[in-house]
Amino acid sequence: MIAQNTLKAQVSQNMAFLGEANRYSPFLAAQNDSFHSASYDLSANTLVPDIYGSQRSQAPLTTATSVVGLQFKDGVVIAADVLGSYGSLARFRNCQRIMKVNDNIILGAGGDYADFQYLKNIIEQKILEEECLDDGFSLKPKSLHCWLTRVMYNRRSKFDPFWNNFIIAGLEYGQPFMGTVDKLGTAYIDPVIATGYGAYMATPLLRKALESKPDLNKEEAIDILTKAMQVLFYRDARSFPKYQIGIISKEGIEIRGPLTLESNWELAHMIG
Amino acid sequence: MAFVEAPFQSKTMDSMVPDWLSAEHSTGTSIMACEFEGGVVIGADSRTTTGAYIANRVTDKLTKVTDHIYCCRSGSAADTQAISDIVSYHLAFHQMELGEPPLVETSANVFRELCYNYRDSLMAGILVAGWDRRKGGQVYSIPLGGMCVRQPIAIGGSGSSYVYGYVDAHYKPNMTKDQTIELVSNTLSLAMSRDGSSGGVVRLGVITKEGVERRVILGNKLPQFYEG
Amino acid sequence: MSSIGTGYDLSASQFSPDGRVFQVEYAQKAVENSGTVIGLRGKDGVVFAVEKLVTSKLYEPGANKRLFNIDNHVGMAVSGLSSDARQIAETARTEAASYRAQYGIGIPLKYLNDRVSMYMHAYTLYSAVRPYGCSVIIGAYEADGPVMYMIDPSGVSYGYYGCAIGKAKQSAKTEIEKLKLADMSCKDLIREAARIIYLLHDELKDKQFELEMSWVGNHTNGRHERVPFEIKAEAETKARQAMDEDSDSDTEDM
Repeated sequence: MIAQNTLKAQVSQNMAFLGEANRYSPFLAAQNDSFHSASYDLSANTLVPDIYGSQRSQAPLTTATSVVGLQFKDGVVIAADVLGSYGSLARFRNCQRIMKVNDNIILGAGGDYADFQYLKNIIEQKILEEECLDDGFSLKPKSLHCWLTRVMYNRRSKFDPFWNNFIIAGLEYGQPFMGTVDKLGTAYIDPVIATGYGAYMATPLLRKALESKPDLNKEEAIDILTKAMQVLFYRDARSFPKYQIGIISKEGIEIRGPLTLESNWELAHMIG
Repeated sequence: MAFVEAPFQSKTMDSMVPDWLSAEHSTGTSIMACEFEGGVVIGADSRTTTGAYIANRVTDKLTKVTDHIYCCRSGSAADTQAISDIVSYHLAFHQMELGEPPLVETSANVFRELCYNYRDSLMAGILVAGWDRRKGGQVYSIPLGGMCVRQPIAIGGSGSSYVYGYVDAHYKPNMTKDQTIELVSNTLSLAMSRDGSSGGVVRLGVITKEGVERRVILGNKLPQFYEG
Repeated sequence: MSSIGTGYDLSASQFSPDGRVFQVEYAQKAVENSGTVIGLRGKDGVVFAVEKLVTSKLYEPGANKRLFNIDNHVGMAVSGLSSDARQIAETARTEAASYRAQYGIGIPLKYLNDRVSMYMHAYTLYSAVRPYGCSVIIGAYEADGPVMYMIDPSGVSYGYYGCAIGKAKQSAKTEIEKLKLADMSCKDLIREAARIIYLLHDELKDKQFELEMSWVGNHTNGRHERVPFEIKAEAETKARQAMDEDSDSDTEDM
């Protein structure tokens, strides 16, 4: 219940934000005159003159769809497919987007793949700098989540957002942690998170599963997540049947895959 | 593929002016690169258009970056030429500092850096391909948004959308050099015949340890397929 | 040194009449007062060992480290003024990070060595600054195998199979020369490195020391890491045993 309330709060915040962005739209429109708008026309269906008529300063090109995540008794699992879509073209079919950040954090990304690669490099350098300090401390998931919130919010405030959804999962003092940040800097923590299409279709499935059995073990959590990926494959037109699973628990980090999704089309015989 | 409107023109005048006056030179293109054991094969059509006018029918879109690294350019001719010039300069300097030829991976990263940082002002889809001592033949794809991935086989440009199926059906891992050349020339010929912005001759390059070997398949000597 | 600088040693930007830069030589003296540091390059990696002198019993163990991580794949061992050395390590890190950002791969050690040498050398050219009072050894395990360089305060650097800096560098070099480095694995090198540091430690002048050890090689997947506690402890035990056997045989001879 608490989780649902936070979600509602976030949604209404988003709406408020959009209203505010609208007020700046004349400025944006002026900035993106002839030259810029023309070059966006070229980026095919990625131009997004939103419902308020303002134009975003950037548009995602190669994109990745949902990331889903589920906490279990002593860890977290996340999953994402390996497709980099180019509009509706399934162009890059081996775009891995679950990364090991350090020994206690994994991160999954959706949205613009170029932006993800850019941030991945920054995060990797951040970890490297920390390893150089050689003081035995390492970044914790809450800290990375908070830091990403600031990065994402800063860029949206320049009207040049990083076009991504992130799920940050890990162990914070031995306790499972999972949080998300989107391109506006909107962030929340929840034992069940799904981004993109997954937010609509996977969240209810995962919540139901978790509510009926609150202390899942690792294998159960993986099974539930795999089922969610399957549903997304059936219903999300930008999904792909090859995916990865990231698992973090006391035993450490494991990134499985690319695995292949099973699917069942027997239903077709019952039609017509 | 690329069409950038001149800033001084009003929208209402568009229909009055022929496209070749206002449109940007572009390599509305079919390009391709494929790894094989010991090297890579790169290929491109040769058409440069200004709107629907063919500004150059024998363009060379395979551009040298270092002795063992080439790039296949698609998008705005001006942008991609500028980028490859900058990268060539940068890598030539890097080679002197390093005392050995730059890696293909390094080269792809320099391209990526430029394409990503200036993604809002550039129209450039580039395939970087070459050979190095460390990892042999390699192909990196840097599409419009400025991401960078290594692929065993990559296609690009406006013509590529028509031949994804052909490539998926005919690519096999561990092909020989000759099989790879055949796949590249067939794929490009098919793309050129379906894409109005691609055409002319097929230019090929085979990059191995020994360096580059350039070939041309003339427009009237291209492999023939169903044309009904 | 034959004489004091006679006025030519006040600035790094001035030669003496016989063509020396005294300030740089003084900086090298600062290194020679420091604990011994050795670097060994074997067939499958590089090993560093540091005799870190502990000048007071009141210090916490493990403080003031002399081994640094520069990047995933690069390690640095330093001798001399440790505050100077930390600045060199920081410069090297910045250089390595910038290479990674620009070229997407780890910095080649040869390139890093060029940059850090150049940086240290710049501090031997101007009157407003003093040269760095430290020497550093950098090592990595690259695609073509292990590599190691040593840079001294003058900014001069060479690639090495084995090198030593600090107090007992001469006798350390003599010991290192007895080894067949090119045939040795990191596991062997660790033992030898510990033995050499223990052997050359002057118990009379310097009471206490801590042995610091790190390695980078095939077995660490090309990452520079501190030698795990158990392995280091074992090497230290062996080193002490070797010392005892040595002194036993000495007495027998007498």
